[in-house]
Amino acid sequence: MSGAEPLYRADTTDAMLVEPLDGLTLIYHRRSGVTHMVVEPVPQILAAMGEDALTLDQLLTRLSKDFDLGDAVEAKAVLAARIDELVDLGLVDKLDGQDA
Amino acid sequence: MHEFSAQVGPAAFRIGSQWRSPVDQLAALYADYPKPEIPDFSVRLEAVSMLRRFIRPSVMIEGDYMLPDAAPLPLAQALLAAEMGMNLQMALGWRRHLLLHASAVEKDGKALIMTGASGSGKSTLSALLGQSGWRFMGDEFVLLDLESGAAVPFPRLISLKNEAIAAMEAQADAARFGPLMEGTPKGNIRHLMPPVDAIARMAEPAKPALLLFPRYGHNWAVRDVAPGETFMRMTQASTNYVALGEAGFTAMTRFIKTTPARAIDYQSGAEAVSLAEGLWEQLA
Amino acid sequence: MSCDAMLLVDALREPATTRALDANDWTALIAMARAEQLIGTLAERLKSESVPPKVAEILAEARINADYQRRSALWEAECAARALSDYPGKVVLMKGTAYVAADLKAGEGRHIGDLDVLVAREDLPQVEALLLSKGGWEWVKEDAYDDAYYRDHMHELPPLIHKERDRMIDVHHTILPLTARPSPDAAGMLANAQLIDSNLTVRAEPVEARNRSESRPSTSSARTETLCVLSPTDMVIHCTAHMIADGDLAGGLRNLWDFHCLTTQFAESDPDFWPQLSARAARHQLLPAVQCAARLSLRLYGTTIPQTWGRKKLADAYFVRRLTARDGWGRPTRKVTRLAFYIRSHWLRMPPLMLARHLWTKWRKG
Repeated sequence: MSGAEPLYRADTTDAMLVEPLDGLTLIYHRRSGVTHMVVEPVPQILAAMGEDALTLDQLLTRLSKDFDLGDAVEAKAVLAARIDELVDLGLVDKLDGQDA
Repeated sequence: MHEFSAQVGPAAFRIGSQWRSPVDQLAALYADYPKPEIPDFSVRLEAVSMLRRFIRPSVMIEGDYMLPDAAPLPLAQALLAAEMGMNLQMALGWRRHLLLHASAVEKDGKALIMTGASGSGKSTLSALLGQSGWRFMGDEFVLLDLESGAAVPFPRLISLKNEAIAAMEAQADAARFGPLMEGTPKGNIRHLMPPVDAIARMAEPAKPALLLFPRYGHNWAVRDVAPGETFMRMTQASTNYVALGEAGFTAMTRFIKTTPARAIDYQSGAEAVSLAEGLWEQLA
Repeated sequence: MSCDAMLLVDALREPATTRALDANDWTALIAMARAEQLIGTLAERLKSESVPPKVAEILAEARINADYQRRSALWEAECAARALSDYPGKVVLMKGTAYVAADLKAGEGRHIGDLDVLVAREDLPQVEALLLSKGGWEWVKEDAYDDAYYRDHMHELPPLIHKERDRMIDVHHTILPLTARPSPDAAGMLANAQLIDSNLTVRAEPVEARNRSESRPSTSSARTETLCVLSPTDMVIHCTAHMIADGDLAGGLRNLWDFHCLTTQFAESDPDFWPQLSARAARHQLLPAVQCAARLSLRLYGTTIPQTWGRKKLADAYFVRRLTARDGWGRPTRKVTRLAFYIRSHWLRMPPLMLARHLWTKWRKG
């Protein structure tokens, strides 16, 4: 495997309908037809990603502009776990270090 | 095949039966309903085998949409089979509205919608309210318009179970009841024709104004229900939410965001009516 | 008014014939179309016809359902591709899912059930293991006899179902059972299978919404690079195998419609299509079956087929009877014909001694 870090990109912008409710957020994913019920920090992560392909570190940097993430190592681990879940659900693509 | 057909709200059914008696019963109970030219769904009451058409006759529910493992019912419960068959077509095939497993009544152009598990009392409560100043809209399915969010009536025969039968026999005109069926999978069942005005006004929608989660058999109580929980429960109560895709999502979120929701517990029909009307006064 | 499915056949072949239908005819037509799982196709065919308001509602509803099935099928394919992303071999989509993934006419309005894929026989253990461990699929419980039968004699793994999505995946290694008489060349089909072109990315939006997404660049992630479809000739041959050489013709009108759409579309873009199909079918020992399908397709759906193939065979009328065996309530009719086809289909699959044993065991289990 090459040393290039993987890039993550949210499924393109009109791929999801987002409806914040009280305390949780509903996401309708058009391609799969699945409705996800998510809580913080997932909506914030998706919003921060926008349309760009980012490494974990780049995403962390973006998020830390608006949020206090606490311990950097811990934050990165939590972010990695959430991103993996989002990749599994199909809401985020994992690209192996190539340009999109 | 003996045939029967009726229009219920926006849906039209035709029922074919190998036996005459269920068709006669249906014709009597649906006498006030319009007759459609072209049905939306076909339901068939079929014999399990040639022999079983006459000996210990047993009814299989078939039609446009079928459940592969459904157990047949005895001929005495053929009317129940027909009603179940119609429910099945709606549950599996209807895509023109967001379908909620719920009951509803209307007042002043607004709809009170009640949903819950079997036995929660939503059916009986809608029947009771329908006898006391409210217009009955349906006891099995509530249809929400995908563009406007309006609740559209689906006033089929009211399906009364066990204790509810006696409660309604005390209130409604005896001539409007179907036969008593004992020993069904759900206990005793008796069908009741909806009130005359409910049938006459089956094409009039209403704006959802209150959502209740009734629970019979518990002490009087009222609880708020958070939108997240409401969403979970309503998607579980809808058979076509997933198939509708984006339109379903939009209709459901609109419904949740604009309709106040409460859970109510009660020990009697009178308590239920009182709770419902009190909350309506307050919130609708 | 006919009392068999010629009513449906006529409507599909020539939508304008529906102008003469009365309310009873429409009622029968819709019931038959639903029973044959062709209501979505009918809705597509009648898109530009003026129909009674109630019929328009019913057909619009069928289109919503077809969109849902399309979306589900493509998502299921994508999930399979992800689970198999470490598998280096080809994963070939088949039947309905393939038609919509490749944007073929045969996919428009089509009913799609389970996901069917074809992989190399020697890779079955690896594929099976990945689906179970990475994908979240599990076995549909069957008893030991059926399990052995599947593995040893059939052309697929025993059925797998996804725990959460509640949908089945059928993993095939050839297109007909190993015990069947025609013996198609599965390795050849796999070799000729092609990647779904980057101009035809696996999309899940309904056809009308396609223009909106045209300007988006195709994603380059691994998931869409694994999936293939059969070559055009092989696709037609599989459709035929499924219908004539394998099936008891259940679902025949729908499979035949697939045949009609596929051959018409492929022949339009490639003048060499029919000769290639002929040669390829011969290689898979399915030329007679393909010719039979072509004759039936011409007869029922008016398909343009090679002139030399058009000579009618005596058995064709029998096939037509079986294909159109539905009444105005959508019920199967012509029981004797059906039984004959059922035995015939098992005959085609299994040598006689095995057949007797299999039918006996099936009968014993009731």
